[in-house]
Amino acid sequence: MISGRCAACKYLRRRCPSDCIFSPYFPSNIPQRFACVHRIYGASNVAKMLQQLPAHLRAEAANSLYYEAQSRTQDPVYGCVGVISLLHQQIHSVESQLAKTEAEIAVLNSLAQEPAQIQENEVEATFNNFLLEQDIIASRRFSHSTYISSNFI
Amino acid sequence: MRNHEPRASSSCAACKFLKRRCTPNCIFAPYFRSDEPTKFAKVHKVFGASNVSKILIEVPEEQREDTVNSLAYEAEARLRDPVYGCIGAIALLQRKMVELQVDLAIARARLARYAANSPPILNDHGSMIPNFAEFPACGGLVDNHRLISVTPDRTESSINIPIRLGYPDSMASS
Repeated sequence: MISGRCAACKYLRRRCPSDCIFSPYFPSNIPQRFACVHRIYGASNVAKMLQQLPAHLRAEAANSLYYEAQSRTQDPVYGCVGVISLLHQQIHSVESQLAKTEAEIAVLNSLAQEPAQIQENEVEATFNNFLLEQDIIASRRFSHSTYISSNFI
Repeated sequence: MRNHEPRASSSCAACKFLKRRCTPNCIFAPYFRSDEPTKFAKVHKVFGASNVSKILIEVPEEQREDTVNSLAYEAEARLRDPVYGCIGAIALLQRKMVELQVDLAIARARLARYAANSPPILNDHGSMIPNFAEFPACGGLVDNHRLISVTPDRTESSINIPIRLGYPDSMASS
């Protein structure tokens, strides 16, 4: 009876050699980990990717491959790219809110320096102009960051 | 050779790469055009042709283009960063999100202080202009966006993602 095989070798129904590339990262007590990775990448691609890396980086690589494989299994169309797209949207939303808040601070700041009675339309114009500037700045920030084609959204 | 007619090259990038005949119902042909050879090469290197084919067969036809594009993006990210792939990008974005939320909280606190301390602004008729604290950016909390939260499976060494990443249907299966 063969014992002590890693999850990968059990899955692949083969002997698990002492220098098995998979065994440190796919222990036999978590069989779904290799099954998931195998379904998306295939055993030989995973082995090649791990072998190309220095040993001290392989654990992180195996973890990230598993995470991406899980994402792709849950969402076959977008995988973890869907997560990236969503994060970009959320960041854009928070940047807009921040720009608006900073615009309001700027207006209050300028008003605080001129405590005399001010025309209501002057206040609104100052606020709107600053808000527009901040929106432009926020949009530039968003477009310069890493982005996914709008096809994914 | 007699009667030799030059064969029209209508193979898609995938079949050219795989050195096989491109059939009329080739699953790759609509998404891996022959003028984009590197796209398939990258996807093949990371996922393999048969795995890509299986993924494409599983998704509805109208979603296959997006599927191929996201696979190409992931493959590119993995080739650029063989350790973290797309996860590296996700970690960076999450870090940026945290920083922005802190900045927003600080800005809102400042705005609240300004609003509390600023004198009333009067219009032509001597009536008070509404306090800016009533403007939408000041009202309520930031949380109209939802930071997705999922727990990756516990592993021996976890990726250093500052925020727990997740999906509506949790991927964590223990």
